[in-house]
Amino acid sequence: MTFSRRSFLAGSSALALSSAPIIGRAQGSDKIIFASILDLSGGLDIYGAPMAETTKMAIDDINAAGGLLGREVELKLYDAQSTIQFYTQYATQAAAGDRAHTVHAGITSASREAIRPTLSRFQTLYFYNVQYEGGVCDFNNFCTGSTPAQTVAKVVPYAMNKWGKKVYIVAADYNYGQITAQWMQRFVKENGGETLDVEFFPLDVTNFGPTINKIQTAKPDFVISALVGGAHVSFYRQYAAAGMNKEIPIASTTFGVGNEQTLISAEEGDGILASYGYFEGADNATNTEFLSRLEARLGADRPVMNELAVRSYEGAMLWAEAVKMAGTPDRGPVIEALRSGLTYNGPSGAVTIDPKTNHCNMNVYIGELKDQKWNIVESYADQPPADTQLVCDLVANPNQSTFMFENGLAAAGIE
Amino acid sequence: MDLVVAVLFQLTYVIANLALISLGLAIIFGMMRVINLAHGEFLMLGGYTVVVATNLGVNIWVSMLILAPLVVGIIGVIVERVLIRWLYGRMVDTLLATWGLSLLLVGIVTSIFGASTATTVSPPLGAVRIGDYSASGYELFLIVITAILLFAVWLTLRFTKLGLLARGTMQNAEMASSLGVSTSRIYMITFGLGAAVSGLAGGLLAPMTGVLPTIGATYIAKAFITVISGGAAILAGTTAGSVLLGGINGIFSFIAGSTFGEIALLLAAIVLLRLMPRGITGRFFRKSL
Repeated sequence: MTFSRRSFLAGSSALALSSAPIIGRAQGSDKIIFASILDLSGGLDIYGAPMAETTKMAIDDINAAGGLLGREVELKLYDAQSTIQFYTQYATQAAAGDRAHTVHAGITSASREAIRPTLSRFQTLYFYNVQYEGGVCDFNNFCTGSTPAQTVAKVVPYAMNKWGKKVYIVAADYNYGQITAQWMQRFVKENGGETLDVEFFPLDVTNFGPTINKIQTAKPDFVISALVGGAHVSFYRQYAAAGMNKEIPIASTTFGVGNEQTLISAEEGDGILASYGYFEGADNATNTEFLSRLEARLGADRPVMNELAVRSYEGAMLWAEAVKMAGTPDRGPVIEALRSGLTYNGPSGAVTIDPKTNHCNMNVYIGELKDQKWNIVESYADQPPADTQLVCDLVANPNQSTFMFENGLAAAGIE
Repeated sequence: MDLVVAVLFQLTYVIANLALISLGLAIIFGMMRVINLAHGEFLMLGGYTVVVATNLGVNIWVSMLILAPLVVGIIGVIVERVLIRWLYGRMVDTLLATWGLSLLLVGIVTSIFGASTATTVSPPLGAVRIGDYSASGYELFLIVITAILLFAVWLTLRFTKLGLLARGTMQNAEMASSLGVSTSRIYMITFGLGAAVSGLAGGLLAPMTGVLPTIGATYIAKAFITVISGGAAILAGTTAGSVLLGGINGIFSFIAGSTFGEIALLLAAIVLLRLMPRGITGRFFRKSL
């Protein structure tokens, strides 16, 4: 038999035609697509890796319980490699390529701001499950993490009560650190204290010697830190090496979400205070059960659970509850269901969507570090995202997609 | 008064820190005109050597002062034999090759240890008091050991046969080789020594900064700027560059904060290289080592 180009073309096009319906069916499968974009490598993976584990666990739990509306949920997990450019690329892929029903993504505020407009444009429901500086006012975006009015506002007065009124602030030099430092100053003032100095550090600074000298000169009652990332862990080591941890204690709004407590020794870390929406010691049956299942899944060397990891699980579950309630995974009805004041009882306690801001009311805990473990010393039930509520009202005006604190608090009309 | 002493101490530490992270690079660059972009990763490997060794129960001083330079020195020799020796005299190619090497090393270490070490080494010395101020005893130790290291390198270059051959090779490799010096061997040893010094520095800094696979990136830029500003003379260049840039960085950090400290350092380096394109030792201390 001769094999001419014509017969080949005819044959192959027939093949293409006959296989087309199969491809079509595969695309039109009745799976519900859940996309997640996190930093699983690079400098930010101390945050991303545990979040990915709990996200996988959430999707497995949903499917083990029979999926949603009788359909299986498929997880598409992307590694943004601590690079902003990959976030935009994968967000487009998830929204336009995978046609994801929801995207849970982003760790730094910079990554969130990179993909929020994309997902808004593609009308893809977006969850950001990370504690951050507050101020996102976006109908399409649910921010489930804690914000300064929930955490900073608690730990500042607690520490001032315990140690004194004079405060020294050290923070990372980008929008999270800058804005959080402004909140800290506000809360210090509100509680009748005094901020002696505020210092910002680029993310790659590893030598904190000059600052430690300045802190000794200023003699504050305590230091409050919003330092971020691997290089900044040096601050706590050098602070302890100079014997300062015995003299001037530290409170922090970031120490612990990357499980930093395991990166420094018990001696260096003992006594540090922090406030989050979750610590492993949260006292409820759901949490105990969650932790034992996690251990069964990942073994005894599982990552320590922090707010970011647990909220990633709870964020996925909140979405699942909303899909069940709406009876469809389509964006419009799901958003409506979420904004009806939906509550999910997770390991951190009850998490309720606040329709005014698309943020969450949640339990807030203050933890004190002892032997590389957090002991909960105080807890506050059902705290509202009061900071974002000052500037955002999605009930009155749903048609918004803005980051209100982009240019700092003063620009947002907050003193 | 106490404040002045405390600030001077801090300043000295910033300078010593710069000299420590730059010396290994200076040896390799000064001797062989090879720009080693994997220098930061050599420091990182020194740090990991210390962490792994102490976790296995090795005494911390032994791991820092002996194992770290030994392990990284051996890695340096392997790298030189496998990669660098094919590229002598081709500066751009070595740049690319060592950059690739740096990515490879970060990748290997990340896949073995994960992107963050869960294990810790604490500085093995307590705090020292300066009047009302307390400073880290370990920083004092680092200042002393940097001085010793510089002195040891000077002694080696000035008084040993190896030093003589190395200096000869550095001045004119062809002439040295026609006089019977095995320049290839000299290059191998020099690269190994440079790597060993980097490993030692990385090991010594590990308790202060912790180790991450990507920690090299925070050192490499400063080390480069110091070495290039210092110029071709290994010791005089590193010392002069560290004193000048470290001094400026330390003073501005103290007055205006870290961000301005870094800006001042970079600005000083730019102005310096505009005025003296061949570095400080291109104009002053020309005959020095």
